[in-house]
Amino acid sequence: MVDSTWWHLLFGNLSAGALPFYSPIATGAAALVVAGAIGVVLLLNWFGGWKWLWTEWLTSVDHKKIGIVFVAIALVMFSRAVIEAIMMRLQQAMGFDSPGYLPPDHFSQLFTTHGTIMVFFMAMPFLTGLINYVMPLQIGTRDLSFPVMNSVSLALTAAGAALMMVSLDLGKFSTGGWSGYPPYTELSYNPGVGPDYWIWAVTLSSISSTMTGINFAVTIYKKRCPGMHFLRMPLFTWTALATSIMMIFAMPPLTVATLLLACDRYLGMHFFTNSGAGNMMNFVNLFWLFGHPEVYILILPPFGVYSELFSTFSAKRLYGYLSLVYATAAIAFISFMVWVHHYFTMGQSADINAVFGIATVAVGVPTGVKIYDWMLTMYRGRVRFSVPMLWSLAFAITFVIGGLTGVLLATPPVDYVVHNTLFLVAHFHNMIIPGTLFGMLAGYHFWFPKATGFRLHEGWGRFIVFCFVIGFYLAFFPLYAMGLEGMPRRTQEYYDPAYYPWAIVAMVGAGFIFLGLLGLLTQLVVSILNRDKLACHIGDPWNGRSLEWSVSAPPPEYNFAVLPRVEGRDSFTAAKAVDIAYRRPTRYEAIEMPKNSAVGPLIAFASFSCAFGLVWHIWWMASGGFVMAWLVVIARSFVRDTRKVISATEVERIEKRWLREVALTRPVSRDDEFTCANKGLAETTE
Amino acid sequence: MPGTASLRDKHSPMNEARQIWYRGSVCRVFIAAMLASGLCAACSGSAQASFLAPGGPIAAQEGNLFYWVIGLMMIVLIPVFVLVPWFAWRYRRSNSRSEYRPGWDFSWPLEFLIWGVPVLLLLGLAFLIWPNTVRLDPYKPVDGTTPMEVQVVGLDWKWLFIYPELNIATVKEMAFPMERQVHFAITSDTVMQSFFIPTLGSQVYAMAGMVTQLHLKADRAGTFKGENNQFNGMGFQDQKFAAIALPASNFKDWVRKVRELGRPLDENGYKALEERTTVKAPVYFSSVEPGLFRKIVQKYALGNRQPLASRPDRQEARR
Repeated sequence: MVDSTWWHLLFGNLSAGALPFYSPIATGAAALVVAGAIGVVLLLNWFGGWKWLWTEWLTSVDHKKIGIVFVAIALVMFSRAVIEAIMMRLQQAMGFDSPGYLPPDHFSQLFTTHGTIMVFFMAMPFLTGLINYVMPLQIGTRDLSFPVMNSVSLALTAAGAALMMVSLDLGKFSTGGWSGYPPYTELSYNPGVGPDYWIWAVTLSSISSTMTGINFAVTIYKKRCPGMHFLRMPLFTWTALATSIMMIFAMPPLTVATLLLACDRYLGMHFFTNSGAGNMMNFVNLFWLFGHPEVYILILPPFGVYSELFSTFSAKRLYGYLSLVYATAAIAFISFMVWVHHYFTMGQSADINAVFGIATVAVGVPTGVKIYDWMLTMYRGRVRFSVPMLWSLAFAITFVIGGLTGVLLATPPVDYVVHNTLFLVAHFHNMIIPGTLFGMLAGYHFWFPKATGFRLHEGWGRFIVFCFVIGFYLAFFPLYAMGLEGMPRRTQEYYDPAYYPWAIVAMVGAGFIFLGLLGLLTQLVVSILNRDKLACHIGDPWNGRSLEWSVSAPPPEYNFAVLPRVEGRDSFTAAKAVDIAYRRPTRYEAIEMPKNSAVGPLIAFASFSCAFGLVWHIWWMASGGFVMAWLVVIARSFVRDTRKVISATEVERIEKRWLREVALTRPVSRDDEFTCANKGLAETTE
Repeated sequence: MPGTASLRDKHSPMNEARQIWYRGSVCRVFIAAMLASGLCAACSGSAQASFLAPGGPIAAQEGNLFYWVIGLMMIVLIPVFVLVPWFAWRYRRSNSRSEYRPGWDFSWPLEFLIWGVPVLLLLGLAFLIWPNTVRLDPYKPVDGTTPMEVQVVGLDWKWLFIYPELNIATVKEMAFPMERQVHFAITSDTVMQSFFIPTLGSQVYAMAGMVTQLHLKADRAGTFKGENNQFNGMGFQDQKFAAIALPASNFKDWVRKVRELGRPLDENGYKALEERTTVKAPVYFSSVEPGLFRKIVQKYALGNRQPLASRPDRQEARR
């Protein structure tokens, strides 16, 4: 008895039963996580990279490095979630009148982690990373308004992602879906640690995103370079602004919802329970009050990316800039008034359903306008079919089909018959894959040379586009058909032979998507191996139009030796046209930059410990982590020496070296865009 | 730049091949889209368990609405399907004959068109959506006739159907007379579920402590698939039932069969149903404990206590 008390004090509910030996697949996945972690540690040891990791990455508050880490986390988590998706497709391909290879318990963990990861640990970090990297460069500033808070945002997302990974090794994850509806996720129906993992991973992510939103919005309001009026900002920055405002308003309801659910589970409260006058409808309201703006948070930054791409690769000014700005604002605004469409079938009055249905269709108006604006951007342009442009074209055509099914779902009587079926699953994948995923991967290809100094391999890029586009159609169009035939989502086994052929086709599609994932990895490796051939250190490989292309690739820590002055839209194109790009400034000045800070990694450690302790009821760890996180914040407020100075001579040295290289490089025509001749200096005549 | 010429010439066969590949990829995406949607429509037309092969007036109207919305949306979709590939190809860089105006970025007529058409379409859809939502409200009776009452209780992982007027109950099988509307009063004695018979139309959530309502009608005889659409645990995939629409005389036979084969649904019987299990074959109950449905709802209505009005001490006091 004494033993077990001691054990409980030290390790909470952890026991040998938490180890993942309940199925070979779970054991394999857990082993993969452990092997991956050991591999990283060994590599770091081998190359003596610990100090480098600490000073260059973990403690860095440079928005560019934080952006890269966000994207790296997104790509790692993306790989896991894609593999989970393929496992589910395989199960459904095998699950006709047969238990298949995944028991319901495992299958339901998979759809929960797949959704949770794709939304909170793939899409959100990806877009946060891209905005982090690109937005400050686009508005001509040297960093975000709150660089340390930025690194804390990263820390919280990283802690959440780590919690997701640990859940593979210890205990089982929630089976309640990414939306975690109570009362199913309440203690009385799910006493295990699963929902707790979900609660704390999502809570960390939501707090991170709230802080990110504040940081981005303040930066865009306050730190634009001289002359950068609101209506001169590149469209990507506009969508970043809309997104960050939405994050500020949409994320807190989620934090509240998950914390209230935690109150139910940990403190015996009754917010959403069946008994004790709890009401799960309140959770559903709070969740979608976040959840609907959330899908537009996911879609607006890619819309910004597409705006940049259509203009850059059509070598033409963006058609209807103002239209696009108003459309962005309209989408952001209306998206807060449509959340009820996620539960038309809850039994509210017909008038309420009609109002929310029509409001939902209304969001389609500015979205449709955007598609037409991009189309007209190609009109009388000179379209180059580079990889980002292929993504954009595939997006434009595929996305409108998702828009169509979205309007169907927004029509309440139609929703009554397709809600919660695979039709719904097909619809939101039809929005998020061409919208968010294609957009993010296009942005990754587009800005990769800016971040690393070399381009990604074009041929492999086309292979990836091909696999994902074909894979998407094959994997998700059958789901529309299955949904129309009434197949519920989240079904592990089925008895209707009508679904079977569709499940097989969807499985083939999932195979293509898996090839695309492998292609993504191969492309990265091939590009790194060929980095000398693909180098474009001058920084403008695509004949870019906005400020981020006017600096070297990768940009120096301070971004701009002299803060730019902007006279209009597409300012870099304008500068190139009158040949004042790459001008040597008259004088270099010392630049003040924020110093590295250990706050980020410490908070990552503390918040992870707190969350992990809470999941397993290891109270010393949970309270220790919580106290430590706040102590770190308080201690930081006493640090006065937070800025460092980069001397004028150092700035001059860096800039001169780059400008000398510019002078020695021959500008390339767009015909040679994909050849080794493209060193990142563009010929200005089209 | 040394070596540039040897890298790739604009008119080299390599470049030609590349151009063909580009054209291919754009078209391929388009063709795949068209094919897939065609397939989708073709398949759903022949579907069995679908509102597109309706078994009653609600599903039929919902199916009509489905096609109407698709038709209207084509006004904005078809131009995208046609113009995106066309513009991309027509204004490709290698086509030196096409016009190039890099500074052109605005046109009032076009602006009116791209905002105006979707706004008009929104208005059109609004006029389609609102009346139809009111007309097809699940709470609204299908017609003026007296409906047959069925009380539906969502359990883990089965549906219990109580016929209060006939004093019988079933699990896994729910028969009803065709050409007569059925009024479902729906609740849950566990987590949230969703009650759905795709061939007949609308689904509605089942929630503990609350009663939702649904009106459906079958205008042909048949056995339709019924299901729970909201994931509720490990037996979720087995929570199906047969919804059997029968001619009136056959329905009477069915009721007789239930009375003959069934046993009474008492407290112990209900306890067995409450267990988290799946049910393979239909279960019949020849009689039902009076007020069972209300009891199940009230269990959760005010925090495990009965509503004040029905508590004996409260009635005592009033007297």
